[in-house]
Amino acid sequence: MSKFAALSSAVAASETTAPLQVRSNGRWKGFVLPVFALVLWWASSELDLVNSALLVSPLKVLETAIEQFSSGKIWIALGASLGREAAGFAIGTFAGLILGGLLGFVPLFNRIVGPSFNTFKQISLFAWIPLLSVWFGLGEVAKVVFLSLAALLPVVVNTADGIKNTPPKLLEVAQVYGYTRWQTITGVILPAAIPSIFTGVYLALIYSWLATIGAEYLLAAGTGIGNTLVDGSEHFQMDLVIFGMVVIGLVGWLMNALARLVERRISLGYGRS
Amino acid sequence: MTQYQFRDRADHALGSGGSSGPLVQVLSDQNPRTPRQSNNLEIVGLGKRYASQQSSDGVLQVLENINLNVQAGQFVSIVGASGCGKSTLLRLVLGLDSEYEGQILIGGQAISGTGRDRGIVFQDHRLFPWLTVAQNVGVALRNAPFNAAQKRDLIAEHIALVGLEGFEQSYPHQISGGMAQRVAIARGLVNRPSMLLLDEPLGALDALTRSRLQVELQRIWEKEKITMLLVTHDVDEAVFLGDRVVVMEPHPGRIKRTVEIDLPRERNRSDPDFIRLRDDVLSDFLDIDVNQIDTQAFNPSSLPRSFADLRMAW
Repeated sequence: MSKFAALSSAVAASETTAPLQVRSNGRWKGFVLPVFALVLWWASSELDLVNSALLVSPLKVLETAIEQFSSGKIWIALGASLGREAAGFAIGTFAGLILGGLLGFVPLFNRIVGPSFNTFKQISLFAWIPLLSVWFGLGEVAKVVFLSLAALLPVVVNTADGIKNTPPKLLEVAQVYGYTRWQTITGVILPAAIPSIFTGVYLALIYSWLATIGAEYLLAAGTGIGNTLVDGSEHFQMDLVIFGMVVIGLVGWLMNALARLVERRISLGYGRS
Repeated sequence: MTQYQFRDRADHALGSGGSSGPLVQVLSDQNPRTPRQSNNLEIVGLGKRYASQQSSDGVLQVLENINLNVQAGQFVSIVGASGCGKSTLLRLVLGLDSEYEGQILIGGQAISGTGRDRGIVFQDHRLFPWLTVAQNVGVALRNAPFNAAQKRDLIAEHIALVGLEGFEQSYPHQISGGMAQRVAIARGLVNRPSMLLLDEPLGALDALTRSRLQVELQRIWEKEKITMLLVTHDVDEAVFLGDRVVVMEPHPGRIKRTVEIDLPRERNRSDPDFIRLRDDVLSDFLDIDVNQIDTQAFNPSSLPRSFADLRMAW
């Protein structure tokens, strides 16, 4: 609500005062540090303060960026990475919803599988890579399996928790009005769990993107934005490395913004914003 | 039957001011307006205990030998200090808990589980945050034997009854605590129960809203002509609303006494008779303090205090 109020008051303010003034209202302060860093970077490379091979100039990075975009190389790499990410995210989320649903809804399943799963999830994600590479090789299958695993864990945990943490007081209301088991699940438990389930899916999106870069870097066969980084690093092309980092950051930021937007839509209906 | 048709029409004129709907409904088969069965509530030798590690014998006696008869259409207030088991009593009557000793009879029949004949309003409104006001009221009708049009009419009628027209599409977080509690009252009444159980329904509201809703509650009770069983820790509220006030005491929870409130409605809180009855009930709670002081040691200050209490009871 408060965010909403702030938003509407900002809108109201923009109607009364000059738009430019409002837009610069304090927000420019967030740009001080990046601009300062950029200037420092440009100055130090321009004035040869540091070894230019280790720290290329911003202009060189820009040139590489233009070359990558015009030759289409970056689109191929990014397309491969995003395709992988989408496949892993979809498989992991789907499996995670089923597994989390079973853990949340079926007490017997929870008692048998729950403890093992809690142990299993303690294994650091990247510790799976050697095993996966032996089982599935360095190709696409191994990567997608790894991404699915990264997406699976947060979805399972948050789905199961969301279902188990349905307020007992609301379940009593369902009991009072003679809800059947099915009505209770669809009418109370699932709606109550949706914010938590969404948090799991949101984390799955972020985790699987991180894992995409990790998988491409560690299972370094094929194309992808991670492979672009590997190439740059192996050929000592720091401009390519920095450009790759910027692209990865932008994609992550976009995904985050998208997820936040969806989350706000959901939470508005729930009175939890 | 004709009598009820009359009442229905009169009701409707008083209520939302709808059009020809009710006349059609009166003729239909499963009629949401069929008169509520006026059944008496009989509680006989009711006891409830929980396993507890804190008590010495591992069992906590929450209720002991509760005997209570509530005539159909009566308003009975149950008042007591926290921990006297008054909310537990209500949960048992509601049917949320079926493990108890003794009997709970409605119209001579032992209750089994929850039922549409008993509505409930909890202290916390317990609305579903993902549903609108109208949808929340509709929750109570989900398994009721009415068709969609009848349900829609019932919901509209009861939203009007609690004075929330215009807020049908609002979500619980968009309305105030007092309004949310009105929605809960509408939900409790919408499937036309013969008895409404109220578990400290106004306990969480501010004083102004509370006194306004007390008047509302009385109006609704008079209009709907159903049994109401109100649990509260507010003596003033209990005397203001009840035909009868049942005073409970804790450890274990049992009925201390019953006070008939034989005052005309709507009651006036500054009426000497009202004050006399309220102070009479209040003295039950002050007595506990006085007894405790007496058993500990002689305290001169307890003497005038108990004396004053005596005069109040007079």
